[in-house]
Amino acid sequence: MKSFKDIYKNSENKIAGIAAAPGIVIGNVYLFTKEKLEISKAPITNSEEAITNFEEALKQSKKELNKIFGIAREKMDEVRAAIFEAQLMILDDPILLGNIEKRIKDEMIQPEFIVADEISKYQELMIISHESYMKERAHDIEDIKYRIIRNLQKKRWQSKIEKNLIVVSESLTPADTLLFSRREALGFVTDHGGLTSHAAIISRSLNIPAVVGTHNASTLINDGDTIIVDGFHGYIITNPTEIQLEFFKGKQKKLFEIQKGLEELKDQPAVTIDGKEINLEANVDVTGEIDIVITSGAKGIGLYRSEQILNEIGSFPDEEEQTIIYSKLASRIYPKFVTIRAFDIGGDKFRFSEYKEPNPFLGLRGVRFLLENETLFRTQIRAVLRASEHKNIKFMIPMISTLEEVWRSLDIIHECKSDLKREKVKFDNHIKIGIMVEVPSAAVMAKEYSEEVDFLSIGTNDLIQYMMAVDRGNDLVSNLYQEFSPVIIRTIDHIVSAAKKSKIPVSICGEMAADTLAIPLLVGLGLDSLSMSPATILYAKRIIRGFEYKKAKLLAEECLQCKTEIDIQKKVKKFFDENNITRTRNII
Amino acid sequence: MIEKIVKIVNKAGLHTRPAATIVKLAAKYKSEFFIYRDGMSINGKSIIGVMTLAAEIGSELKLTFEGSDEQQACDEIVAYFERGFDEL
Repeated sequence: MKSFKDIYKNSENKIAGIAAAPGIVIGNVYLFTKEKLEISKAPITNSEEAITNFEEALKQSKKELNKIFGIAREKMDEVRAAIFEAQLMILDDPILLGNIEKRIKDEMIQPEFIVADEISKYQELMIISHESYMKERAHDIEDIKYRIIRNLQKKRWQSKIEKNLIVVSESLTPADTLLFSRREALGFVTDHGGLTSHAAIISRSLNIPAVVGTHNASTLINDGDTIIVDGFHGYIITNPTEIQLEFFKGKQKKLFEIQKGLEELKDQPAVTIDGKEINLEANVDVTGEIDIVITSGAKGIGLYRSEQILNEIGSFPDEEEQTIIYSKLASRIYPKFVTIRAFDIGGDKFRFSEYKEPNPFLGLRGVRFLLENETLFRTQIRAVLRASEHKNIKFMIPMISTLEEVWRSLDIIHECKSDLKREKVKFDNHIKIGIMVEVPSAAVMAKEYSEEVDFLSIGTNDLIQYMMAVDRGNDLVSNLYQEFSPVIIRTIDHIVSAAKKSKIPVSICGEMAADTLAIPLLVGLGLDSLSMSPATILYAKRIIRGFEYKKAKLLAEECLQCKTEIDIQKKVKKFFDENNITRTRNII
Repeated sequence: MIEKIVKIVNKAGLHTRPAATIVKLAAKYKSEFFIYRDGMSINGKSIIGVMTLAAEIGSELKLTFEGSDEQQACDEIVAYFERGFDEL
């Protein structure tokens, strides 16, 4: 029987990357190129359909710009804001639109070509002018041109992408990843990004195998190629041989059987051999995931990333809309709990593209954004409270870095409660309020913070990034993103001890909880709640049921003495060997 | 048809904000409205067109209005130019 090692050793046709989401798929490639806008001059057969597509692209562009214009008016000077207003007016310009529609009908070619051609005419006039500000203006017009074309192409892609393909791309935004998952993508391969890039997180949560950080897969693989994606080991096989195909088909079959075996654990508790139960909860990024949560055997939703709603509907929902979304969520999961995290906007999560911060990860994100946009924050708090009637919602605030932010947020929540009481609206008056500990300053002050709130949740992705000063999406330095760094292990220990002193629960909701290798150590450190992508829960359950808490505690104590990441990893791996715990990637 | 010569009198010239205002004013009227500069004619109801006009302080533009409400259109738009786009 051949092993993976044998197969890869003798394969010339392999590309190495980072294993971002487990699974093995064999399929045909859809090569997704988006950064270089290629403008198609292809003929069309139906001008009415083309004009409808053009109108829809205008509508979508207006929606995007309106959002940006709203923010610009609040945050920028009037001159900059006027640029967006002018861009919005261009989308209604009767002369321009009239010409474009006429040309689509007369020339019968792709609207994107005509849009580019028509708008470029004006840009040329601007560029030949001697005034320097006119060159800038030409640049502003460029923006609107590409916005319309991008939206037109999205329309074209949507109709072009066939179902059941493996998407290969330079990079994927969370929105792209979602779009493709709706077209039932089989797998994802990207040149850039690491284990914790959002594309990787989303593919894990949707159970779609992915390999990221391949550096150049998108230049080596052609559209339509047959490839194999191994999301366990982080390899891609291009144009596989008969032998390779046979090998991977065999593995797929075996994997299917293992998953069937895991199903049996669904209704079993996640309890260690010596009887300590660990609360396994699910992270939810996408509405569609709730079904997976319900079948995954999770104890509840440990992290509901509410900013996902903005990605899905493209704008800020009002209080009524949010109340409906949260109420539905709470009733679907009842009697289990759902922890809703306030909009974590900023950083790489939701970029208002025209409002550029030099350092978004150190900028206006999480609670900072919410306190700066208090109306928006209040709207969300009121909606969460209104949905809490059945007492199964907890509310959590992201990116806390000072005690003042905790106090201010609690004050606002209190005021919202008073308002609702006055309005005689029913809600859970004792709703549990917690904070995310993901900034080093919050970790250091964990004791003081835990005296103010009902629970702590450690967000390891950001915590590691800020503690190690490393951009998790940058593959040049991603080797410094060390989950098992002694710094991280000691910091988690410090936070857990602080929470225990204040007698409040503490959980982990970062990707670290989903790393099956980290589970015994986290349990040993005293965490009693782990929240992870629903697809990982059964794997985690199997591991927890395979060791003793007593031994895990000793492992944690030993690791707290270690000086390097390698030492800690060695100890953890030894723990797996000594206790005969096998990880799925080693079984198949 | 009415023809008028107007002079740009504000310091910043015909920048984006006044361009937007001119188009908004023009949209209120049925009359055709054109702006001429260096032999080029621009439809005054098209924002992208008006934005291509580089008109700094001191430059002169010819405006034409034609239609049932040309007098009102001319009065309001010419006044806006004369007020230096309310930036004086």
